Amino acid sequence: MQERIVITGMGIISAIGNTVEENYNALLSGQSGVGELTLFESIHRETIKVGQVKKTTEQLIAELELSSDNNYTRTALLGAYAAKEAIANAGIRDINDRKTGLISSTSVGGMDYTEKYFFEYETTEASRKYIDAQGAGDSTDKIADYIGLKGFVTTISTACSSAANAVMMGARLLKAGKLDRVIVGGTDALSKFTVNGFNTLMILTDGYNTPFDQNRKGLNLGEAAAYLVLECEDIAIADGRTILGVVSGYANANDAYHQTASSENGEGAYLAMQKALKMANLSSNQVDYVNAHGTATPNNDLSEGRAMQRIFTDQMPLFSSTKPYTGHTLAAAGAIEAVYSLLAIQHGVVFPNKNFVTPMEELSIRPQTTLVHKEINTVLSNSFGFGGNCSTVIFSKF
Amino acid sequence: MEDLKIELKGKIIEVLNLEDITIEDIQDNDPLFGDGLGLDSIDALELIVLMDKDYGIKLSDPKEGRSIFQSVETMATYIAANRTK
Amino acid sequence: MKVYINGLGSVSCQEGTRNFKSADLTKVSQGLNQATQPSYKDLIPAGMLRRMAKGVKMGIYASHSALEEANITVPDAVITGTGLGCLIDSEKFLCAMLENNESYLTPTSFIQSTHNTVGGQIALQLQCMGYNFTYVHQNTSFESALLDALLQVQAGELDNALIGGVDEIGDMTMHFLQLAKKINTTDEVFTKGVNYGEGATFMVLENRLTAQSYAEVVDTDISNRIDSVPDYIKTFLARQSLTPNQIEVLVVGSNQTANDGTYYSEAQNICSNSVVETFKEFSGEYHTASAFGLLNACEMLKYQQLFSTGESKSIEYILVYNQFDGKDHSLTLLKKC
Repeated sequence: MQERIVITGMGIISAIGNTVEENYNALLSGQSGVGELTLFESIHRETIKVGQVKKTTEQLIAELELSSDNNYTRTALLGAYAAKEAIANAGIRDINDRKTGLISSTSVGGMDYTEKYFFEYETTEASRKYIDAQGAGDSTDKIADYIGLKGFVTTISTACSSAANAVMMGARLLKAGKLDRVIVGGTDALSKFTVNGFNTLMILTDGYNTPFDQNRKGLNLGEAAAYLVLECEDIAIADGRTILGVVSGYANANDAYHQTASSENGEGAYLAMQKALKMANLSSNQVDYVNAHGTATPNNDLSEGRAMQRIFTDQMPLFSSTKPYTGHTLAAAGAIEAVYSLLAIQHGVVFPNKNFVTPMEELSIRPQTTLVHKEINTVLSNSFGFGGNCSTVIFSKF
Repeated sequence: MEDLKIELKGKIIEVLNLEDITIEDIQDNDPLFGDGLGLDSIDALELIVLMDKDYGIKLSDPKEGRSIFQSVETMATYIAANRTK
Repeated sequence: MKVYINGLGSVSCQEGTRNFKSADLTKVSQGLNQATQPSYKDLIPAGMLRRMAKGVKMGIYASHSALEEANITVPDAVITGTGLGCLIDSEKFLCAMLENNESYLTPTSFIQSTHNTVGGQIALQLQCMGYNFTYVHQNTSFESALLDALLQVQAGELDNALIGGVDEIGDMTMHFLQLAKKINTTDEVFTKGVNYGEGATFMVLENRLTAQSYAEVVDTDISNRIDSVPDYIKTFLARQSLTPNQIEVLVVGSNQTANDGTYYSEAQNICSNSVVETFKEFSGEYHTASAFGLLNACEMLKYQQLFSTGESKSIEYILVYNQFDGKDHSLTLLKKC
């Protein structure tokens, strides 16, 4: 049997907390991080709500002890912050004592700074240090430098499924023996660019997002970063790590239906879940909890809901979307929800799907709306993105 | 009304980048979506912005667009009745 | 399992899609160099074409050529790399947002600005429901895609994969980089200034050796920073039980500027039996330009002929080495098949 890929550390910063523990406590107490947009000026401030990290950019710079001439964007800062926690959580003292890689993901990259300085580059030389910071890979480079990692470093950007795909590529590199351990995840800061982009698509709600509700009106954007430390089982054991869970299956498929919208019957989502279950060698009734993508857009929840009904038929496990807590954190979402999936396994708990009131007419399944304590051995986590990108990762108890 | 329809056809061609199509190619009652001009949901969003920008009509729900954007005829009728600029 | 490159396609600053002998090519000019655009009308339906970003069009064109050569209709996977994605649309949306104070924005340019739009639209056009990834890591974006595909075909998870690198010149971003003296202008050459290009280079990786096969992809590696070029190359080749003196041709991503550092000359010193070939004087520098170098390497192996002189040469192994300004190093080893 092929060696298992295990998770030995995790770190997160989101609208509901700056550490894994804070996130867990907020999930238990049902406390949402979605609220007013204060990070930057915007004409949409009165009409939308967002999931902002409760630290200013200046605070992040200070806490990371960066020099004043740094050119970290907020995306890079959030990433470095969460990656640091993941490494400490795993108990890694020297990042280069094993062949270690970093696979980060982002959708917006350094756009949060580009939009601030774009019209200043021409006249102000001091701002030009941010020109190169726009590239998505720049945030990953900054994180690698911050944690002192030399070696395999890359970045994935497949819109809102990005971080789930980083988990997949990380697991693949470990299985192929290219690396001993790998830090995988994603980071995205809020930016005017994404707020306005999603606004043109008319999929932002003016209230709080209500996944899988008949009257859902769209998503709240959020910002966050989260990373997992993945290792080969034998190395993790040899190094005396605490094992938090196993990456037991994963798959990516393309919906090939539309540039942004998901197909009516969720074919891409169906294929991703089906292939991931097959890799994990699990039947659908062995899944204890589904952490759904559940963005609360009319299109996503219908498509994902139908795909789940097709996969699980009449034995739908407990499922919920945790986006009412964090907002939709785009490229980071897959990593945020990976942390939540592992917390579900670790503590034997299913987090409720907040804000749900009315069942959808088209679906017979209902999300879990109250906190449940029960043994959780297997969690299936979905992440879907523009360009038809559909990803599923399955986490199991070690 | 006739002028509005011609103006509208020109604008549709321009904002949707319909390179090979001329104003004469679009009949007033041709369906814009599906089999007619073959527009899709992204085009509908572009048309919503056009309504706002050029005629001061705000549509907050993409579903509202469905009946309005059936054809140039229906669009022109709606604009004539609701325009604020 | 062995992995072969069975199809190639490119859109570049050069006329035509193939770049075999350097004598037939034109060197890029000082400053910015736009890719020569083929006619897309026969390939892409007008309804789709009207909204497509330049990068998407170049990607679809190059991938079509590669798939056609490999005689594959729908690949098992589409894996792309891009430094900045469809930059022209990103700039367009950004400028409209800043100039109009967030009003009257339309979705098309925002959608195109999403980094995976090229890979997504290739899949949409081909109706390919398989694995679809996009890597966006600066100068190793393409190699990340190559490695991903290589591992999956080697492991038997895929029979074939379409991979590619694509980047666009965005006028404003490149202008700013000129102000920062990172890209030359038509008037001025800077110490670290490069001549910039754009383009799309696509390849089909497959587990079958066919009459069309160009080369076997033996291995590829990326590293954000390295301590020593000789050690990096030796360690990489040792994984295949090879030594640097077995490399007949070394393809380097040199710009002949200060960005090269001593990296390429150190590589040249250790691969002492190698003929050194360069390509960026024909492609221009861009984040996925190294794919153009790999394409040249494929043709050199298949036709057993040097790119620079057209001279015949018996070539068993080619090593492609790229880096930019001391960062994002990549090595790719190809073998004659």
